[in-house]
Amino acid sequence: MTFSPELETRLETLMRSCPPGREASALIPMLLYAQDETGALTSEVVEEVARRLGITPLQADEVISYYSMLRRRPAGRHHLQICTNVSCMLRGGQELYGHACKRLGIRNHEVTADGEFSLEEAECLGACSWAPAMLVNYDYHQDMTPEKLDRLIDSLEKKH
Amino acid sequence: MADLVRLTIDGKPVEAPAGTLVIEAARCIGVEIPAFCYYPGLSLQAACRMCLVEVERAPKLLASCTLPVAENMVVRTDTPAVKQARRSMIEFLLTNHPLDCPVCDKGGECELQDMVFRYGAGESRFSEVKQHVEEKRFSPIVFFDAPRCVLCYRCVRICNEGLGVRALGIVNRGVASEIGPNRGDRLECDECGACIDICPVGALTSGIYRYQTRPWEMQHVGTICTFCANGCKTTLGVRNHRIIRGNNRDRSGINGEFLCIKGRYAFDFVHSEERLQTPLLRVNGELQPVSWSRALAAVAEKFTEVKARGGKFGVIGSNHTTNEENYFLQKFARQALGTGNIDHQRTGDVATLLGCTRSLATVADLYSTKAALVVGSDLAQQHPLYAFQLRANWRHHQARVYTVTEGPVREDQYSAGRARVQRGEELAGVERLREQLKAEPELVILFGDAIQGEAVRKLVAFGDSLGIPVKYVCLLDYSNSRGAADMGLTPEPGGGLTLPEMLAAWDLDVLWVVGANPLKNGELAADGAFVVVQDLFLTETARRADVVLPAASAYEKSGTVTSATGEVQALRAALKVMGAKPDLEIFGLIAREMGIDLGVAMPEAVFEEIRQTVRGYNVPLPVIAAGGAAQALAPEAPVAAAGRADLAESARNTLFTSGTLGRYSKALNSVEEAPGGLYR
Ligand code: SF4
Ligand code: SF4
Ligand code: SF4
Ligand code: FES
Ligand code: FES
Repeated sequence: MTFSPELETRLETLMRSCPPGREASALIPMLLYAQDETGALTSEVVEEVARRLGITPLQADEVISYYSMLRRRPAGRHHLQICTNVSCMLRGGQELYGHACKRLGIRNHEVTADGEFSLEEAECLGACSWAPAMLVNYDYHQDMTPEKLDRLIDSLEKKH
Repeated sequence: MADLVRLTIDGKPVEAPAGTLVIEAARCIGVEIPAFCYYPGLSLQAACRMCLVEVERAPKLLASCTLPVAENMVVRTDTPAVKQARRSMIEFLLTNHPLDCPVCDKGGECELQDMVFRYGAGESRFSEVKQHVEEKRFSPIVFFDAPRCVLCYRCVRICNEGLGVRALGIVNRGVASEIGPNRGDRLECDECGACIDICPVGALTSGIYRYQTRPWEMQHVGTICTFCANGCKTTLGVRNHRIIRGNNRDRSGINGEFLCIKGRYAFDFVHSEERLQTPLLRVNGELQPVSWSRALAAVAEKFTEVKARGGKFGVIGSNHTTNEENYFLQKFARQALGTGNIDHQRTGDVATLLGCTRSLATVADLYSTKAALVVGSDLAQQHPLYAFQLRANWRHHQARVYTVTEGPVREDQYSAGRARVQRGEELAGVERLREQLKAEPELVILFGDAIQGEAVRKLVAFGDSLGIPVKYVCLLDYSNSRGAADMGLTPEPGGGLTLPEMLAAWDLDVLWVVGANPLKNGELAADGAFVVVQDLFLTETARRADVVLPAASAYEKSGTVTSATGEVQALRAALKVMGAKPDLEIFGLIAREMGIDLGVAMPEAVFEEIRQTVRGYNVPLPVIAAGGAAQALAPEAPVAAAGRADLAESARNTLFTSGTLGRYSKALNSVEEAPGGLYR
């Protein structure tokens, strides 16, 4: 398994920033960066990262299956995470999520047929003050409404 | 000893060495703090929160399993807040628990049941439908029922830390968390069952035992595993003369909680349909079932006749029979048959070792020594308890372990130094580690059959030259390989034939084989030899026999066996198998039939004779009688090495093979890892 030179440098730096013998502490960021490049944490990627850190693939999987940001299967090019936790729920998060399902024709953890969009019902994104909140990949969108969501999706569709 | 710290627990003063955990300090004064995840000897997890206690001036309840004692600490385990916390924890644990205790294997010996009974909430406020997950079969040995799991991580830790196999993990999050096996939906591991026995609840169960019985319907018989030479204690659960399970849940014996798949699950050879249950006599060229009296008469008649005319006997003893049997057999051969042609399948050259040093390591030494060197053995495969001991020593005391092997071994995970060598080049490999070894304060050297004869003497000379205290272990294959050598199942010095010489002697008149299968890979030159075989199964050797006598297994008899590290331990009969007799009883019957007096053929009487006459075996009886292990001492004067020493050859058993017995264990052969291999 080979990664791009940029990713290799990044992984190297991460591992070196850990005290000797504690390289496994770099697991989460390494997985995240690898995922950004490869789109998903396939068994191949997991085995490679685990090998570098001297842990078993199962130990990596314990972490991957715990964190919703780490994915074994590829997401869409635009990954929408819509928060339905308490603050957002009180300010229409549930409706926003429902609207996204309808507009994209997919449900939680699904990807549109063209691979452009994927959807995830997220727990608190730490943006309660601007509820309801959502993420597109790593970008925040706040004080959302179904209309704003439509415009957002329109603009993303135009992008390609 | 470290300075003592003074504190009080429930108003009682306690003194404990610094670093002691509050949960342990409480145990010392008889205060039990409930715990699921805390497990002595494993890393701390603090996952279950059952052990919360109140500590004066601490704002919240603290987990006593990770809290070291401190001077003047005031701990209370009996306050309303603590009781309420325990009730709440249990209420949570039961949220999705199926409460199927009436059919659960663990029912009656389940820690969750006990906790609910003692500390639990009698009722639950949860009215939601319980989440159910179907049971999963990880392997023929390991089954998992997620809803019963309390997520204590004990299984994960014993596998990661205790065994070094790292086959289990906890995947997912929150209510969906569950145990995951290393190959996605199945396990590839040692299949040792340690995870099953350490599970406090019925979440991990074994394919061997599940849904067979209620635990209180069994008798629990503590005896010694009859497979390898490590001498683990296994407690057999027996109902109606059937062994239903093996375990060591009480952590007694030299092995603590350790058992490999053989000691825990391979007992089923005892119930194989292929067990011999009636004597066989060759009539008109065919082996036919006959009565005991007819078979014994045939043996006695032949023995008497051959002895009278000064014919040639060969006697081959067993690696699995008791010390009493081995002693009696060699006495029978030497005194009654007048032959020195006695041997057994030697699997390591312990005789030469005993001849050149008195410095022998015990199994306890493996856990306490500062450094150890493994030469020519894939320890985790061939000597799993010793591997477990060394690993525990490294985990708990940072012991440094060195290996000289022909391929990768599991000890590489943590070893302090290693040399890879061609088989036969082991001594050169040892030499390469000299500087490192010299710097150690002490050393235990364990060596396999690659080191024998002159090489043993050279290895001991190497040990002497290090200038540090060195102890030795000669690794042997089977449960009483050591006892066979110690009891004298070896050729009479100066003339006695060795095993291969017996097979090659064209003029042999009688070959008497007890619990061995030399014709599996060998051939008997003497076409006319009268062959008597005592065994559990119709082995290759038994097929060639003129008389076959059905023998009882170690699990059906009493007596003692000696581990490779010299622990003398008692077998306890767990059951009877119809038609089979213990070998000692068979020897007695043959002697009686021949009209000769060799003394009482009873284990107690023979053991007494062993204590009086066999060097190193004057061991304290009460220790053994109480189920403990007594140490066979190195003989005071060197024993002359018997026979040609270069005959030792290990069968190179893996975790999943073990000579004849292994062939007849369905459990052992059912796992996909079988037959396994060494050095990979
Ligand atoms: S059976 Fe033994 S090796 Fe296999 S998962 Fe359980 S503890 Fe680990
Ligand atoms: S399976 Fe058993 S030992 Fe493993 S975490 Fe669950 S309850 Fe604990
Ligand atoms: S290590 Fe040896 S003695 Fe112990 S259970 Fe396994 S086979 Fe039996
Ligand atoms: S609840 Fe939605 S961001 Fe916090
Ligand atoms: S025993 Fe202390 S948290 Fe589990």
